[in-house]
Amino acid sequence: MFSINTLQEIFATLKHNKMRTTLTGMSVTWGIFILIVLLGAGNGLKNGVTSNFSERASNLVQMWSGTSSLPYDGLKADRQLPFAERQISDVKTEMRETDRQTGVIDKQQTFTYKNEYGSYGIKGVNPTYNDIFKLKFLDNGGRFINELDLKSNKKVIVIDKKIEDVLFKGKSSLGQYIKVGNIMFQVIGVNSKAERWGGSSGYIPFTTAQLIYNPDKKFNNMAFTVNGLQTTEANNQFNDKLKAEMASSLRFDPKDPRALWIWNAQRDYIETIKIFGGITLFVSIIGIFTLIAGIVGVSNIMLVSVKERTREIGIRKAIGAPPASILRSIVLESILITTVFGYIGMMLGIGLTELINYFMIQSAAQSASETGMSVFKNPTVELSIVLFSTSILILAGVIAGYMPARRAVRIKPIEAMREE
Amino acid sequence: MITLKDINKTYDMGQASLHVLKGIDLEIKKGEYVSIMGASGSGKSTLLNILGILDNYDTGDYYLNGTLIKNLSEKQAALYRNEMIGFVFQSFNLINFKNALENVALPLYYKNVSRKKRNIIAMEYLDQMGIKDWAYHLPNEMSGGQKQRVAIARAIISKPQILLADEPTGALDSVTTVEMMKVLSELNSNGLTTIIVTHEKSVADETKSIIHIKDGLIENIERK
Repeated sequence: MFSINTLQEIFATLKHNKMRTTLTGMSVTWGIFILIVLLGAGNGLKNGVTSNFSERASNLVQMWSGTSSLPYDGLKADRQLPFAERQISDVKTEMRETDRQTGVIDKQQTFTYKNEYGSYGIKGVNPTYNDIFKLKFLDNGGRFINELDLKSNKKVIVIDKKIEDVLFKGKSSLGQYIKVGNIMFQVIGVNSKAERWGGSSGYIPFTTAQLIYNPDKKFNNMAFTVNGLQTTEANNQFNDKLKAEMASSLRFDPKDPRALWIWNAQRDYIETIKIFGGITLFVSIIGIFTLIAGIVGVSNIMLVSVKERTREIGIRKAIGAPPASILRSIVLESILITTVFGYIGMMLGIGLTELINYFMIQSAAQSASETGMSVFKNPTVELSIVLFSTSILILAGVIAGYMPARRAVRIKPIEAMREE
Repeated sequence: MITLKDINKTYDMGQASLHVLKGIDLEIKKGEYVSIMGASGSGKSTLLNILGILDNYDTGDYYLNGTLIKNLSEKQAALYRNEMIGFVFQSFNLINFKNALENVALPLYYKNVSRKKRNIIAMEYLDQMGIKDWAYHLPNEMSGGQKQRVAIARAIISKPQILLADEPTGALDSVTTVEMMKVLSELNSNGLTTIIVTHEKSVADETKSIIHIKDGLIENIERK
């Protein structure tokens, strides 16, 4: 089947018909290229959404204290309802689904090192904060607050990279002392992950923050992770239970809409995944239709390409070409064209998606100090999908070449030669 | 060499049918130089196509070298055409994207002759036809006479026993027609059975016998 003689004849035919070969090939290249780029775009969207959730625990729940808007149990409305240590232990003991709880004391302070200073947030947190919010410590970035810091009320601080850049002008801050308000803190870690909304903070042990900035031991924010809540309904029930528990603990009406604010990332995640399921389906449908369009396009051009060779086939038959030989040549030509140009399309598609990915990584690195968010990330396609799609198009091209060739070799040579 | 017995051929034309050959009996011996003459629509080209196994006949018997040519598979027909018959057509029927050398060499490709060898042989035939210098030209770069010489070279390269020419001078001017008939005459004098279909008296006169065909029947055979 693959004798040198046959291959030479095929290459000679392709070489003599450069325009036809190129146009046929380009339709294959274009079909595969578009398919890969489209699937890449879909994947980029998927990866972007997924990565936004992976930057923090997807099962995160945060709650903020509010002000009562309804009188309750003899207590008047408009009471401030801050959290205390008791609420943390209530959550730990009563809400079994929770894990890794932390209170967050949030203040604004002036950070000073030598002559440099800036106003930043200071957060008193437990070591679990890092498990929940997944801060980023580079190799020389030190560490986060640990249990020992907490027990000893140590005056240690983890600062965001942006603060280090401002105060230390590119030098390492690790081990150095900075002044936060009027208190000196030793820098033990630098967080390289940008805050979601662009601000910068320093993180100190919760106990230390209570002592220095929070004499009344009250705070407004708690964060924790939850386990085993797989559905929106389960999360809604959890939110209701949490609100009821806090209502009992802080003594407010459970129906009070302004007494407590709960943000359940898990519920958002589930909702987003649902929406994303729709997007995935949409992209898949577009992908399938693009593949079908590619198949139709490639088949059509192969069909026309072989059809216009009917007369040539007639001539070949008249001079003694066996039908199988003609059929073999045309099918091999189809395989050659679709494979070579399909490969080019595949490489161009992969090349473009990789190039976009490269520039996105570059751009993400540059903007890391601002915000790490992106709705589009890593728009590449799995090799198996690429190979599968390419194979389908190649197969379609070959079948589309085979069908009219079979017809052409079946008709009488004298009739075939009359066709123009 | 060729024996036809009561050959009939009818074309279906939708609701109507056209009885083109109405019982042809004919015998052509090896080495004969024959022309088939007749008016347009008389059935002469159909007869040639049947002789060349390019078309089937409905009833009758066609013996080629003693073998009954009937209900052949396309593969068998291709083999006979390749081994025994050479064709020359009015419209040359050269493959337009192949140059003269490649066109001439093509029948040898189907005999599995290597490209190098078939190109050498093809060049010899082009030389014999006096158009060696045009070996690497495409058909659209050549004159009608040159194209017909290429077509003849292609027809005889596989050393057929019969050369069938369907209006070989139909697209040529009078000077080139004379040259072409000289070429065919030389081939015949070398022993090649040559059958020409023509409606030109001057062309038919060059052959040794003329078969007159009218309305699908042989009217008479004029032998010289």
